[in-house]
Amino acid sequence: MTGETLKLKVAALADIAPGLRHVRLVAADGGKLPPAAAGAHVQLALAGAARTYRNAYSLVSRPGARDAWEIIVRRVPTSRGGSAYIHECLQVGEVLEAGWPGNLFAPVRTARRQLMIAGGIGITPFLSYLAEFAFSGVEHALHVCCRESEQQVFDPWLAGRPGVSWYWDADGHRLDIPALLAAQPAGTHLYLCGPAAMNEEVLAAAAAAGWPDTHVHCEHFGSALSGGEAFRAFLARSGVEVEVGEDESLLDAIERAGVNAPCLCRGGACGVCATPLLEGEAEHRDHFLSAEERAAGLLIMPCVSRARAGRLVLDL
Amino acid sequence: MTIAFKPEETFRGDYTYRNSDAAVLRFPFPFPEDRYMYSVNIEPHVRSGPSDVFMRPFDVDEHYIAECRDKAITLERDPGRCQVLPHMMLAQWDTLELLMESLSADYPALFSLVKEGDDFGSRWTWTNRPLGLEQSFIFGDPATLPCEPFEYITRQAQGDFAICDQRDNNLYMDAGMVTSQADWSLEFDVGMSFMEWHGPVPLAHQTGVFERALKYLLMLRLGQPVRRLNWTMTINPRLDTSPENFPEWGTDRASVTPDNAGQKVHLRVELQTLWRLPRSNAILFPIRCYLASLDDLARVPKWGARLHRVLSSLPRELVEYKGLTRYLPAALEWLAQHDDGAELPVGTESGVTTLAPR
Repeated sequence: MTGETLKLKVAALADIAPGLRHVRLVAADGGKLPPAAAGAHVQLALAGAARTYRNAYSLVSRPGARDAWEIIVRRVPTSRGGSAYIHECLQVGEVLEAGWPGNLFAPVRTARRQLMIAGGIGITPFLSYLAEFAFSGVEHALHVCCRESEQQVFDPWLAGRPGVSWYWDADGHRLDIPALLAAQPAGTHLYLCGPAAMNEEVLAAAAAAGWPDTHVHCEHFGSALSGGEAFRAFLARSGVEVEVGEDESLLDAIERAGVNAPCLCRGGACGVCATPLLEGEAEHRDHFLSAEERAAGLLIMPCVSRARAGRLVLDL
Repeated sequence: MTIAFKPEETFRGDYTYRNSDAAVLRFPFPFPEDRYMYSVNIEPHVRSGPSDVFMRPFDVDEHYIAECRDKAITLERDPGRCQVLPHMMLAQWDTLELLMESLSADYPALFSLVKEGDDFGSRWTWTNRPLGLEQSFIFGDPATLPCEPFEYITRQAQGDFAICDQRDNNLYMDAGMVTSQADWSLEFDVGMSFMEWHGPVPLAHQTGVFERALKYLLMLRLGQPVRRLNWTMTINPRLDTSPENFPEWGTDRASVTPDNAGQKVHLRVELQTLWRLPRSNAILFPIRCYLASLDDLARVPKWGARLHRVLSSLPRELVEYKGLTRYLPAALEWLAQHDDGAELPVGTESGVTTLAPR
């Protein structure tokens, strides 16, 4: 059960509501997928017109499912990137490259009670939460704010599960967030996933009500550790100039150019790849260099760090 | 691949544990250089490396049957060596699945797993031929196993296992099966955070090793396990060097002389791996222990000489923390005869394919 990338084949596509597309993915080789669970996401490489987009989507399939993964993708009206591709171009049978599942939004299993608040498509991570909580038996409730017409869209994943309440923008149907938070017993953990404005409103209400930060969890996709703006780096000792793409690390680009760079963890922790920086300003993303070393600007960890602007010159 | 098990050997009492020549040659010798200091020596746990023990994610060797029996003896005497906090049930099933899938895939002649489905609620049948076990159970239903799933599968695996729950940007040691530990106590550490259980380690805190290691582990990816080697020394080939049983083994340190050090003193190497678990998002931390006597190690000329140099230059704090103070002079006197002072190549490879006769 090891690997970094997977080939996934699109097994089915369905528009389940205006602007919402359901995608069922299976292993392209016909084998089993790794198990993934509540809160997990998968990053898909989607070939757009200008470049490849790497977008992360919550898995809404059964926790631990190994036959197929499911995602639900909302069409972002202004998007020319991943969501537009999925809605306009993706075909059944197409094979996509994907990363192994990640999880930056796992439920806390020591919680006495699990409280979830979703806004619109933000319900997706909670579909797998509900399945897990139903299995484990932990006390839980999900409050969903959406359009009145969207209530039935997620029925196939809710399967009549108890503890789900619906709210929409009409008198008598809005969620009273402060009242909901005030009514929770101590030991409750709060999870929220929705539009930024909703997230901020709930976070502010939780802070005002005295909830400890450790008990409030907000979904964010931040797994792109090594990617960012493209930039160039010159390897002074080798006399080689490398182009670092948006989706690769500086270390990847150095290796692609055939230059040997020492490395070990490839995650910014071990310090083995620390390389003298002769010119340019680094955007440090490692856990190794101290604040003083960063300020001095004499070292860079190419496995995770990038150029803040312009070109870097490395002693390599 | 055939493994010639040694089911009768013992890790206590008459200590009949011995390494075959093949076991010595595949020993995961931990010192690439003549000096040793702590570092975040973490690397991807891939199927390659300078020792054969790295070739499979969970290594099974000639000591498997005897080691599982020694573990059962320790658990019989002290059931508290296996502890799991109540919120760790998903992580227990994750561990069982990972071990059963890996062992049956890598050692099909020894283990097999037949599944009627992959989801919770499916019937699975597990066969462990070396231990003569067959068990049919419902994946996800602990009542269908003779004990809880973590204890069930780790009783059938070499080495210790801890599971760290991840929450509040920290790791908590919320489960463990610990019967072959280098003088630490699960009973004491269970429920502790990462910094708490590493508190006693000297010198490493000052260099920020643990802050970096924790940040790195919090980002550990599913499907991309990592590994490191750790080491200490043990008198006699004893797996259960626990604080709970210190009176049974602590005094052995006073029995070492320059004459018997070759047989008595063992290098104890831990292959520590770290695995993100899929359902629970916890981290599984297997600690696989390998023991080799100085006699064994000195049959590889590079290893005998290098161990002499590493131990000669070890910082005093580490000598004390690892509990070597009492017998280190005798061990060094014994090792000195195997060190001619010539420069040794960097790296841990043995550099030989056969051993000198005993």
